[in-house]
Amino acid sequence: MALIDVGGQRGNPTLSDWFERWHIDSWLLSLLLILSGFGMLMLYSASGHDFGAVGAQARRLGLGFVLMIVVAQAPPEWYRSGAGWLYGGTVLMLVLVLVLGDSAKGAQRWLDLGVIRFQPSELMKLAMPLAIAAYLHQRTLPPQLGSMAVTLILIAVPTGLVMVQPDLGTSLLVVAAGGFALFFAGLRWRWIVGAVALVAAAAPLLWLRLHDYQRGRILTLFDPERDPLGAGYHITQSKIAIGSGGGFGKGWLEGTQAKLDFLPEANTDFIFAVIAEELGLIGVVLLLLIYLAIVARGLIIALRAQDTFQRLLAAALTLKFFVYVFINIGMVIGLLPVVGVPLPLVSYGGTSAVSLLVGFGMLMSIQTNRKLLAN
Amino acid sequence: MPRRESLKNLQREKNLFAGRIVVGAIICVLMSGGLLFRLSELQIQGHDYYTTRANDNRLRVVPVPPVRGLIYDRSGVVLAENRPAFGLEITPEQVDDMPALLAQIGGLVPLTESDIQRFNDRVARTPRYRGVPLRTHLSMEEVALLEVNRHDLRGAEVTAGLTRNYPMSIEGAHVVGYVGGITEADLQRIDTDSYQGLGQIGKAGLERFYEDRLRGTPGARIIEANAFGRPLREIEHRPGQAGQNLHLTLDAEVQAVAQAALGELNGAVVAIDPRSGEIIALVSKPGYEPHHFVEGIDAASYRTLLEDRNRPLFNRALQGQYPPGSTIKPAMAVAGLEHTVVDPEHREFCPGSMQLPGSIRQFRCWRRRGHGWMDMVSGVMQSCDIYFYQLALNLGIDLMHDSMQQFGLGNVTGIDLPLESAGLMPSRAWKRRTRGESWYPGETLIVGIGQGYTLATPLQMAHMTARLAMRGEGFPPHLLRETVDPVTQQRVTLSPAALPPITLRNPEHWSAVIQAMVDTAHKPGGTALRIGQNAPYLIAAKTGTAQVASLSQEDKVARTLEDTPVRLRDHALLVAFAPADNPQIAVAVLAEHAGSGSAVAAPVARKVMDQYLLGEVQYESPPPVIAPYTGELRNASGVVP
Repeated sequence: MALIDVGGQRGNPTLSDWFERWHIDSWLLSLLLILSGFGMLMLYSASGHDFGAVGAQARRLGLGFVLMIVVAQAPPEWYRSGAGWLYGGTVLMLVLVLVLGDSAKGAQRWLDLGVIRFQPSELMKLAMPLAIAAYLHQRTLPPQLGSMAVTLILIAVPTGLVMVQPDLGTSLLVVAAGGFALFFAGLRWRWIVGAVALVAAAAPLLWLRLHDYQRGRILTLFDPERDPLGAGYHITQSKIAIGSGGGFGKGWLEGTQAKLDFLPEANTDFIFAVIAEELGLIGVVLLLLIYLAIVARGLIIALRAQDTFQRLLAAALTLKFFVYVFINIGMVIGLLPVVGVPLPLVSYGGTSAVSLLVGFGMLMSIQTNRKLLAN
Repeated sequence: MPRRESLKNLQREKNLFAGRIVVGAIICVLMSGGLLFRLSELQIQGHDYYTTRANDNRLRVVPVPPVRGLIYDRSGVVLAENRPAFGLEITPEQVDDMPALLAQIGGLVPLTESDIQRFNDRVARTPRYRGVPLRTHLSMEEVALLEVNRHDLRGAEVTAGLTRNYPMSIEGAHVVGYVGGITEADLQRIDTDSYQGLGQIGKAGLERFYEDRLRGTPGARIIEANAFGRPLREIEHRPGQAGQNLHLTLDAEVQAVAQAALGELNGAVVAIDPRSGEIIALVSKPGYEPHHFVEGIDAASYRTLLEDRNRPLFNRALQGQYPPGSTIKPAMAVAGLEHTVVDPEHREFCPGSMQLPGSIRQFRCWRRRGHGWMDMVSGVMQSCDIYFYQLALNLGIDLMHDSMQQFGLGNVTGIDLPLESAGLMPSRAWKRRTRGESWYPGETLIVGIGQGYTLATPLQMAHMTARLAMRGEGFPPHLLRETVDPVTQQRVTLSPAALPPITLRNPEHWSAVIQAMVDTAHKPGGTALRIGQNAPYLIAAKTGTAQVASLSQEDKVARTLEDTPVRLRDHALLVAFAPADNPQIAVAVLAEHAGSGSAVAAPVARKVMDQYLLGEVQYESPPPVIAPYTGELRNASGVVP
């Protein structure tokens, strides 16, 4: 900045000034642009050189980035005051989805608003941390029994609504988003340990409540050969793609597993397998480093945030983002059951990318407004 | 107050939050480490394993069957060729409802129970993405019908391939043989890699004997396929190697003449070029239609063939074992001369029968009233049994056994066809071994006239005659002259090594015996006079009779019941070679139940020789008939006219 100032004309805004004026965090923006560009390159390969798909994805991401910057312009206080309304409205929409939602792949997830088909559960991934952070902001921390109970109810209601759609992946992320807010609010360790124990105890009950295909996926995870042509096929073919990529990969556009249709959903949930096949362990490590850099930037923003709401929101959104990455990669490499979670900003599909970028817009708002206040 | 508290809380909260952020960061790093650990397991340790599986995924090796070698006769006439044929294949992977598809196809083209049975068996043993044949040899009408309905028959495909065709049909079946579907039993003994993409294997005759040369080596197309098994592009084409073409020594015209000359009779004709051992003709009647086997014979038809009393599948020429009878006498004469038990002028008196000292058993000559004084030439010419009884007595069984073995009796000739029988030249050791009995002198006598235990195949008789013709020289009989690679045109000529010659201390003795055979064919009183009539070349010949009883157990039963007289009649035999002074062809003829070698077998041999030596049949005679039987049924002792 200093160098630019010395050589530059007075009065002309530097790039840094420009970012500041528009409430843009240059670190996050750069990392997100690198990630999205990388994602489109891989999508081009995974879709079998389909410029149409890449173009559609570019338009969605463009919309996402614009929304991110728009969201970044509003001060964090606005989000805090609107959090309750957003939460309530989203819960209402989740109920509507169950009543009159569109069916896709045997699950009711979509709400047709005439103009766009819209997935309210996706919005809940944002509304949840907002609501929890806003609620806990008004309480003394670490949360006492009463506020903790309220928080758990706030988490449980939408989670339950998403689970009965049924959408196991999204409900996990919704729980994670809310739970992380609680965690960062300083939830006592004994409660955390107790909750884990409770979940472990409740697991058998939960097992009975699962749909057959969900159980199948979990069973198949531990033994993919159980159903090599059905549920196990995804995992088996995905592992073949990843393993055959080796250390250095087969080269961009040279993967065979996706190109020859062995790898199902190569564009969407399983695009990581394409990356691992074509770019190898080297490419995968680079991708993980980009993700971790984004997470690191998010945690730094959270750490510097100026009030409880902003801290909790920033940290919860960041951790939720990481959980996204972890669940997707974990399922593609056969560590976790196959649940429908995309690889953030890389998988083909608009809703999750837009909602993630809106979240990053909030992070930018938190970061840039702190600077203004500090100044 | 609340404000101070909240300020205090604020600092506490900040510290608490910072601590949680550190914990969160650590958790993220640990979880990422877990992912990386798992990824390195897959991508580093598992790399080779998954690379193999990725290749298995996408690469399909489709075998390319080699083109089977063709078979030609000595002048280039095709005896076995490949013809395009259409079949129907079903790829199980592409079929949702197999019974429905089969029913649908059954409505368009005929499908038998055995078609479906065979298809189901093969489906169970074949990868699901491979086509499995349902029908073969579709007619053009059937092909059209299936093609028109193609859109309804997902998973079914009309395939074009090659099928074996035998222009000589029945006449060549016993030599050329046939190919047929590979059976479970075949799979036990073959190297299945050599049969990739092939459905057929040589089952009989030359097709079986030279299977390895005819078959060739399968090639392969390495095809990249997608997850649905649909081929996308060919990555590699490894051409197979076509099978070798076989050029035979067989003369298709002579073969046809021999076949025709036997007329309605069952029997065998073998013609050999004595100078090389090349088989000119090898006929066994009745024959069978080889195409029935190529197209997959059904159980009922096969049973009919097996149970046919005429035994059409039985190759009489090399599997049939008959007492050689009097055809053995020239070779016996050579043995007698060599071992100086007789000389050409030696004479024996034939009163019509004789007895061994100390025995009351009568050994009769075929001519009841006797031949009078016989020397070697007249003994052969008139086929006097008494002369050869005496010769046998003088030689003894041991010398006879050794001498006749030199002429090839009792051993396989080694012809290049499967399932050749060895015949039997009895000896003391053989009888001890198989019967546990010692040799009786009476048995020596009847061996001297080719009876008793003695058995020979028509091929062995022709071979024996060829060695006589060549005065002890000889070659193993064989059908293959050369193989030609259809691509490189590279020829491999087969010239079998000469057999150890039969050397006589006095080579003139060959001339004496051959002269006796020439007289047999040309001089009045000779038993084979019929063969020599008006011949423009000199023929040496000898007739014989084979008793029916040894053909099979079944015939023995029939004989005791005496229900079918014709079936009890002796088999007519004749061996001959020509030209006697420059032998080019040696022939053995066996005509079952024909009674007289002279009347029936001689014209057959003459026509064969005419065709071979003159290029046409000049000999004219009434068509062969079953001659009236003039002999008498043998008694149990087996003494024979």
